Amino acid sequence: MIEALLVLLVFQLAGEAITHAAALPLPGPVLGLVLFAIALKTWPALAKKVSTVAHGILRNLSLLFVPAGVGVVQHADLVVHQWLPILGALVVSTALTLVITALTFVGVRRLMGERNDPGEGSAA
Amino acid sequence: MSVIELWVYLSTSPLLWLTATLGAYVIADRLSQRVDRNPIANPVLIAVLLLMALLKISGTAFPVYFEGAQFVHFMLGPATVALAVPLVQNFAEVRRNLVPMLAALAVGSLTAVSSAVAIAWLLGADTTLIASIAPKSVTTPIAMGISERLGGLPAVTAILVILTGIIGAVIVTPLMNLAGIRDWAARGFAAGVSAHGIGTARAFLVNPVAGTFAGIGMGLNGVITALILGLAVAFLA
Repeated sequence: MIEALLVLLVFQLAGEAITHAAALPLPGPVLGLVLFAIALKTWPALAKKVSTVAHGILRNLSLLFVPAGVGVVQHADLVVHQWLPILGALVVSTALTLVITALTFVGVRRLMGERNDPGEGSAA
Repeated sequence: MSVIELWVYLSTSPLLWLTATLGAYVIADRLSQRVDRNPIANPVLIAVLLLMALLKISGTAFPVYFEGAQFVHFMLGPATVALAVPLVQNFAEVRRNLVPMLAALAVGSLTAVSSAVAIAWLLGADTTLIASIAPKSVTTPIAMGISERLGGLPAVTAILVILTGIIGAVIVTPLMNLAGIRDWAARGFAAGVSAHGIGTARAFLVNPVAGTFAGIGMGLNGVITALILGLAVAFLA
């Protein structure tokens, strides 16, 4: 477990260092993700070491957003004061984005002539 | 030692609020499981509401709470790196969907920014709020940087991003069913593009392929939105 955490931290650190040094407009962990994906493709044995811990973290990804979520209290007055434009824009725009993104995805794949997908599901 | 003295001692230690955060999450996750992952019982939303009530009742300020919660918050970085594992495991499926993904990314990214700005403006938001709301679908660290460049308030953007994530996680399942989209890759990708990490967390609860594509959607949308809005600022300035 500690080894797996070390691997994740090393790649995050590498990502942070490179984005900072090169002043790239993306967060260190996102570059860390890319570097780690390349490493996993290059050395497949690495996946065995980290798989359990990585999946454990990702299964509980919701937990990690809780502290930031509680942070909403800091500006509660702003949200209450301009609730209509905030809620209106967030709900409508998020709904629009969800549907348009998914429809584009499915539509373009259909245009490419690939219809039967093994990842097809029906519920949830 | 009186109860009050004990409380004063504990309430300022990081241990209490770290424990409370994990406890609230376990309760929220159990509730979500009990109702068969019904999207309305979103674990982030439930845990946040429980903790907000606790802070209110105990009169605890957010910085005191965050001293304990920061250990959980810190794990967001390693978790982002960990997204590489399902990405590589589902590599064949990801590569097969590369073109649909890039098309959906371009359209989704533009929709997210333009519709948020237009609706906020129509509903009477001031310019600072409009600038703060533009990157609302993007993962927090990127969104805060974009907001600052646009003349918004990064702290406000952080909140709008979280709210967007929770809204997206709650509405994605019924909305996709309503639209008749049954493909996990498309559903997950849309969740990641529209509702970043919280949408991705929801996708992983539902289906691993959806989670993988959500993670990719989140990462790509962060980069592309930063580029689009960065260019827009450079062009207008």
